[in-house]
Amino acid sequence: MPRLVSHPDEVKIVSRRFGMGATSIDRYLELGGYEPVKKCLAQGPEWIIEEIKASGLRGRGGAGFSTGMKWSFVPKQSAKPKYILVNGDESEPGTCKDHLIFLHDPHAVIEGTIIAGLAVGAKMGFIYLRGEYRYLLEIMERAVADAYERGFLGSKIFGSEAEFQIVTQTGAGAYEVGEESALMESLEGKRGIPRIKPPFPAVVGLYGGPTVINNAETIATVPHIIAMGAAAYAALGTPRNGGTRLFCISGHVERPGVYELPLGYNLKKMIYEVAGGIPDGHKLKAVVPGGSSTPVLLPEEIDIGMDFDQVGKAGSMLGSGGVVVIDDHTCMVEFALRIISFYAHESCGWCIPCREGTDWLKKSLTRFHAGFGSLSDIDNIQYLAENMLGRTFCPLGDAAAMPTIAFVKKFRKEFEDHLNGKPCPYAREGVPQLTVV
Amino acid sequence: MSPKSKKEKSKSAPVFSAELAARFDALVEKYPVKRSALIPMLLYAQDEAGYLSDAVVAEVARRIGITELEVRDVASYYSMLRFKPAGRYNIQVCTNISCMLRGAYEVSERFQEELGIGPQGVTPDGLFSLEEVECIGACCWAPAVQVNYDFHDEIRPDHVLGILSGYRGKIRPAEKDPAKEPAKGTPPHA
Amino acid sequence: MPEVTFTVDGKKLRAPAGTLLIDACRKAGIEIPAFCYYPGLSLQAACRMCVVRQEKVPKLQTACTTTVAEGQVFITESPEIAQARKATIQLLLGNHPLDCPVCDAGGECELQDMTFKYGAGESLYAEAKHHRDEQQWSPAVFYDRPRCILCYRCVRMCGEGMDVWALGVSGRGADSLIVPNQPNQLDCEQCGMCIDVCPVGALTSGSYRYKTRPWEMTHVSTVCTHCADGCTVTLGVRQTSDGSEIVRADNRDKNGINGDFLCAKGRFGFDFVESPDRLRQPLVRSNGRLEPASWEHAIRLAASKLKEIRDTRGGAAIGVIGSNRTTNEENYLLQKFARTVLHTNNIDHERSTDYAALARALAGQSGKTASLRDIASACAILLIGGNPTDEHPLLAWLLRTNVRLNRARLYIANAKPIKLTRQAKDALKIKSGDYNDLPASLDAGRSAFAKAIRAEGSLLVIFGEEMRGEAVEKLVAWGVKRGNVRFACLGDHSNSRGAADMGLLPDLLPGYVPVAAPGAFSEYPNLPATPGKSLPQMIEAAGKGELGALLVVGADPVATRKLDPTLFNSTFLVVQDLFLTETAALADVVFPAASLYEKSGTVTNTFGDLQLLRKGADRAGVKPDFEILVRLAGGIIDDIKTLVPFGQRGVTGDLGQSRGAQAGEADRHAIWLEANGLEPKLSPFDPLAILDEIERLVPGYPLDRINLFAGNDVHTKLSSPGYVPVAELAGSGLIAPAHDTLFTSGRLGRWSEALKQLAQHQAKELVETAAD
Ligand SMILES: Cc1cc2nc3c(=O)[nH]c(=O)nc-3n(C[C@H](O)[C@H](O)[C@H](O)COP(=O)(O)O)c2cc1C
Ligand code: SF4
Ligand code: FES
Repeated sequence: MPRLVSHPDEVKIVSRRFGMGATSIDRYLELGGYEPVKKCLAQGPEWIIEEIKASGLRGRGGAGFSTGMKWSFVPKQSAKPKYILVNGDESEPGTCKDHLIFLHDPHAVIEGTIIAGLAVGAKMGFIYLRGEYRYLLEIMERAVADAYERGFLGSKIFGSEAEFQIVTQTGAGAYEVGEESALMESLEGKRGIPRIKPPFPAVVGLYGGPTVINNAETIATVPHIIAMGAAAYAALGTPRNGGTRLFCISGHVERPGVYELPLGYNLKKMIYEVAGGIPDGHKLKAVVPGGSSTPVLLPEEIDIGMDFDQVGKAGSMLGSGGVVVIDDHTCMVEFALRIISFYAHESCGWCIPCREGTDWLKKSLTRFHAGFGSLSDIDNIQYLAENMLGRTFCPLGDAAAMPTIAFVKKFRKEFEDHLNGKPCPYAREGVPQLTVV
Repeated sequence: MSPKSKKEKSKSAPVFSAELAARFDALVEKYPVKRSALIPMLLYAQDEAGYLSDAVVAEVARRIGITELEVRDVASYYSMLRFKPAGRYNIQVCTNISCMLRGAYEVSERFQEELGIGPQGVTPDGLFSLEEVECIGACCWAPAVQVNYDFHDEIRPDHVLGILSGYRGKIRPAEKDPAKEPAKGTPPHA
Repeated sequence: MPEVTFTVDGKKLRAPAGTLLIDACRKAGIEIPAFCYYPGLSLQAACRMCVVRQEKVPKLQTACTTTVAEGQVFITESPEIAQARKATIQLLLGNHPLDCPVCDAGGECELQDMTFKYGAGESLYAEAKHHRDEQQWSPAVFYDRPRCILCYRCVRMCGEGMDVWALGVSGRGADSLIVPNQPNQLDCEQCGMCIDVCPVGALTSGSYRYKTRPWEMTHVSTVCTHCADGCTVTLGVRQTSDGSEIVRADNRDKNGINGDFLCAKGRFGFDFVESPDRLRQPLVRSNGRLEPASWEHAIRLAASKLKEIRDTRGGAAIGVIGSNRTTNEENYLLQKFARTVLHTNNIDHERSTDYAALARALAGQSGKTASLRDIASACAILLIGGNPTDEHPLLAWLLRTNVRLNRARLYIANAKPIKLTRQAKDALKIKSGDYNDLPASLDAGRSAFAKAIRAEGSLLVIFGEEMRGEAVEKLVAWGVKRGNVRFACLGDHSNSRGAADMGLLPDLLPGYVPVAAPGAFSEYPNLPATPGKSLPQMIEAAGKGELGALLVVGADPVATRKLDPTLFNSTFLVVQDLFLTETAALADVVFPAASLYEKSGTVTNTFGDLQLLRKGADRAGVKPDFEILVRLAGGIIDDIKTLVPFGQRGVTGDLGQSRGAQAGEADRHAIWLEANGLEPKLSPFDPLAILDEIERLVPGYPLDRINLFAGNDVHTKLSSPGYVPVAELAGSGLIAPAHDTLFTSGRLGRWSEALKQLAQHQAKELVETAAD
C-alpha cells in the first residue's frame, strides 16, 4: 500500500477522503459522496459548465486547459452518441497521483464522470487505467458495480430520467496512449497512434462521437467543486489557476509523497519544507517541476509559485504535477539519457522526427555518457532536439525535445566534463559505468 | 502458419478456459464496438496462457472478427503484451528517473545477482523473469518493483531476498517443475 | 464546394474550399515534397516533409492535412522550411543503408531526390545503423527493412486500395516495421502495388531486383497483353545481342487508363516474351516432322497450298481462326484476307462474351456504351455476373476506388459470392439460370435491391459472359426503356473486343455489319455473301474431312477445346503463334509470331476504348502477324495494294520498319507527316497503313487520331448499324470464356514462369491457411 503523507500546509480537497475507507460505497455516501451529482441533476447542464468554468479548474493531465471551456466545445446536438473518457493512463515519469485517487476514492471518479456526462449530454463514460494498474482497475470495477447496484449508474440514475453507463478499461503498457487521440484509438482496440487534428475530440472523438477527455484527477475534482462552490474553490489558487492539485514530490527529498497544495504554492518551500529538503547533507542540483517532459529548473530558478502561468514564465511547465528533485551527486548526462531512453521506448514510431530523433538522441547520449563522446556531439544533441521541437505529429516529440534542450543548455559544462573525466565524472559510487564494447 | 502452430491447433483443446471465454463474452457486450475488447482480452488471455501464443492470437482474432495480422499489429505495440513466455513471476524493476535517483539500478542488480540472470532474462526453472521497465506510477514510493501485478514500494537491495522467497513460498509443494506450468498472473495482493 | 482564393508563395491560387493544400499546390505546379502522402489514400501526416508556414499559425503545418480556405496565406519554401525538411532527411539517412549504388530504386528514389534537393550530405551520427536481414515474402515481393522509411504507403495501398489488408505495422517506435500477414510470407493478390508505391527501395520486385539500373533501360509505355481492361504498362527494355529484352514491367508513368493501378499479370507476367520456348524460326512439316525452314520457303509453301485449295475446292473449304491478343489492324487484315483473298466467311475466334449480341441490341442507339473511365466516376453501377477481382483487376480497382472516394453506389447481382460484394451497397444472389429474368425482376421486384435500382437516376450496367444472346437483348431493352443507362460487357483478353469489332465472325463484317446486308463493304473484291462457319462448325467440318485448310492465328483450339489430335489429319494447317502450342504441334507450317509487346498498332479493351501500342522488345526471327499475313497474301494475289492500301500518294521513305524502329518512332513520324500533308503509309508491313480503311469502313471506329497518337485512349462506338438482325448461329460452345484467375492468362499464362510461381505460392498459402 503506497504510503500516505501529510503536511500542515496541505489543503485537502481531492485527497480529503484518502485513507478513510471511501472505496466502500456506504462510506463514500457517509462522507458526503453522490450529493454533488444530485445537485447537478437538479441544476442542469448550463449551470454545471458555468460552475466549472468559474472554478478556474485547469486540466491536471498536463496541458492545463480550462475544463469548463473544454466541456463547452461539445456540440449540443449530435447525431452520434457523446462520450466521457477519463484518462487514467498516468505514465509520465514522476507522476503517481491518479494512482492514489483510484486506490482511495474510486467513487469520486465515477461521480465526476457522471457530472461531466450530465454537463455535455453524454450517456456513456469510459475510465481507462494503464495496464500496470490492475489492482486499481479491480477497485474501480468493484466501485462501478456498486454504483450500478444502487441505481447511481444505469438507465435511470438516482431515480431521474437521465441515463449513464460507465465502462472501465485497461491499457497494456504504452505511455503514448495517454495522449488523448491515441487513447481513443487504444480504446477502440487499435495501436496507440494519435489521430490527425482537427477534428478535435470534442467534435469527432471516440467511435466518431463528440468526446470529452479529462485526466482522472480533473474528473475527481469536479464533485468537490460542485460541493464547495466554484468561487470557494477558485479562491484557493491563484488568478486563472483555480484550486489545489496533487503534487507528486519524488527523488532526492527527505519525505517524498503526494501532497495536495494550492496552486501557486512556492516550489522552493515545497521541496525544503513540505518534503523535508535534500537528505544526506547533499545540495540541490536541479528540479524537474512537472513530470519528465518539462524542462529542468536550476536551484536559482525555483523561487516561484507552482501554477501554470508562473512555471511557464520560468521557462518550464507545470505539466502533470510530478516534481522530481535532483541532488548534486547526480550525473545530469545520465539523467538526460534516462529520460530520452524513456521517450525512445515510448515513441509510437508514427512520425519520422520523433521515431528517429528519440532513437538517435538515445544512442548519442548513451555513447556520450560512456565516455566516447566528442565536442561536436554536444551540439549535435542540441541540434537534433531543436529540430524535433514543433515538428512532430503529436506532443510526445516535444516532450522528448524540450527537456533535452534544457539539459544541454543548462548543464553544458557537465557534458563537457564527460569528455575530460572519462567516462563519467559524476558517477555515484557503486553504479557500474556504462561502457561501449 | 508454421508447422508447429498447426500441430498445436490440431490438439483441439479449447484455447480459452471456460472462465476466460465467459469473461470475453461479457466484455464484448459492454462496448459500442466489439473490437474495443481487444486489448483487455489480450491481457487477460496472456494472464491465463502466460504469453500470446499463435493459438491465442488466432482465437482472439476469431472471437473479435479481425485478422490475426491485426491482432499482432496491436499486440506488438503494447509493452506488457509478449509473444514469448516470461517467468511465472515476472519481476519488473522501474528504473525511470524517480526510481533511478533512489537506487533502482542497485535493486535491479541485486535481483540479477540473486537470480543469476541479466535484465530481461528468465531463470532456467522458469520461475522468475526480470525486466527493467519504464515508470510504473509509483514515483513517490521509489524505488518501485512490480511482480506480475503486485506493487512493492520503497525497495532497497536488501529487500530482494525477502521478495523472492515470498514468491517461492507460494508454489505449492506438488508443483515440482514450475517450468512445465504456464506463468499466470497472480491476483493482486494474493 | 465553393471556390476560395488563397496565396501560396506570393501567388494567388483558387481551389474548391476544403481541398488539401498539397493537392491544390501540385495542381498549380508548386511541388511540395512528401513521403507519406499518396493521393487517394488516407492521410497520415507522418513523414513531416510537407511542412509549410501558414500565416498567423505558430507551428509549421503539414500541407497534406491542411485544407484551403478563403484568404489563407502560405509559404512553401523558405530557409526555415528547408531546414525542417533537411533535418527530417538527416534523421532518415542516419539509419538508411545508403546502398544506393546497388539499390533497385537508385535513380528512381524519392529519398534520393529529396536528399539532393535539401542537401543532407553530412552524417551526424557515429553509431551503427539498425540492421535487419532482407526477407522474401513471396516470389514477387522482397522487403528490406533498413531501407524502409515507414511512410505506410504500402500498408494503405494493400488495404484501402486493394482491399486485401495483407500488410501491417508491428512493433513500436524505432522498432516499428512493416509485416506481412503470414510468418514472413505474404498471402495476398500479389499485385505488387506495394512495390510500386514504395518511395524507396524497401520493397523490391522478385522479377526485377538487382537486374539493371533504371537509366540503362528504355522505357516504353504500351498496353498490357493479358486481360481485357487494357492497362498501360511501361516496359523497361534493354538492348541485347539479338534484339532487346524486357527486364521490367511496371506502371512508371501512371498516365494510362489504369491511373495508379497494375495487377500481377501486367507487372510480372511479361516474362513469357523472354521464354526460351519462344519459336524463333518458321517450321515446316516434312516426313511427318516439323523442321526449321526459311521464311521464304515457309511462306511460299503455305501460300501456294492455300491458293491451291481455294482454287480447287473453293473458299468454303478453308477456315480461319483469329486471336484475342492480336491488334485491330491484324484482325481487320485477317478477316479481309480471309474474305477477299481466301474467298471465305469461315472465320471466327475464341469468343469470350457476346459482343455481337450487345451490338445488335444497341442497333440504332448511340451513346449507350460506357468507357472504362466512366466506371471511375459513375454514381451508380450495377454489376451483373462476372468476377472483376480475378478477371478484370483494373475494373475491380476502379469500382473500389469510386466507392471509396466518391461514395459511388455499387449493386451486385451474381450467382456466386464475389469479393467486390464488400464494396457493394447491396448485393443480390441469383440462381445461375436466372440471369435472363433479371431485368423483369428489377422492374417488378419488391426487394430492397430492385427498389434501390429503380430509384437510381443514371445507371451504369456491366455484365459478364453469363448474359448472352437473348438475355443481353432483354437487358438492353430494359435499360433503354428506363433511360439514362450505359452498358459494358466483360470479355477476357487484351483484344477480345477488337477481334469481334474487327469482324473475326462468320456472319458479321467489321463493325458488326452482317455479311448478308445489301451493299455491305462493297469495295471488297470477291466478298462471299453468305455467312460462314463458326469455330465449332469448322472443327466439325474438319472432323468430317471437309476442311481443306485452316489458318490459325494466335489461338490454340486443340488445347482449349480438347480436340482429338487426329482431327486435322486431312486439313492443311497453318499456325502463327509465339509458341509451339498444341495446335501448332499438329500444323503443316508454323510461323513464329511477335507478341503484343513487340509490335505497334491498336487494341480495343472490353469497354471499347481504343489504345495505341508501342513496340517495346524486339526479337530476331519473329515477325508481327500483320507482316506474316501480308507476305502470305503476296504469295496468293498479285496486287497487294488491294489488301493493304499503302503508299498510294507515292511518297516513299523508310519509317524504320526495315531496321526494327524503336517504340514510338514510327508513330511520331506519322504524326509529323500527317501534319505536313504527307502520306505516312509507306510499307505494306506498316499496320498504320490499314488504319485509314478501318476508320473509313468500320462503323463505330471514327478515330480521334491526335488523341490516339498522343497516347490517350479513345472510346469507340458499339452498335450494329441498323441492318436487319440475323438469327443467332446454330451450334453450342460458341462462347468459351477463359475464366482466368489473378495468375492465369488463357493459354499464354503457361509460358510465364513468374505467374506460375505466384500461383504456386498462393496455392501453398491457401492450403496452409485452410489447415488452420
Ligand atoms: C504523450 C502524451 C502523454 C500523455 N499522457 C497522459 C496521461 O498519462 N494522463 C493524462 O491524464 N493525460 C495525459 N496526456 C494529456 C492528454 O492528452 C490530455 O490532454 C488530458 O488527458 C486531458 O485532460 P485534462 O484536460 O483533464 O488535463 C498526455 C499527453 C501526451 C501528449
Ligand atoms: S511525436 Fe510522432 S512518433 Fe512520437 S509519439 Fe507522437 S506521433 Fe508517435
Ligand atoms: S506528406 Fe504530410 S506528413 Fe507526410
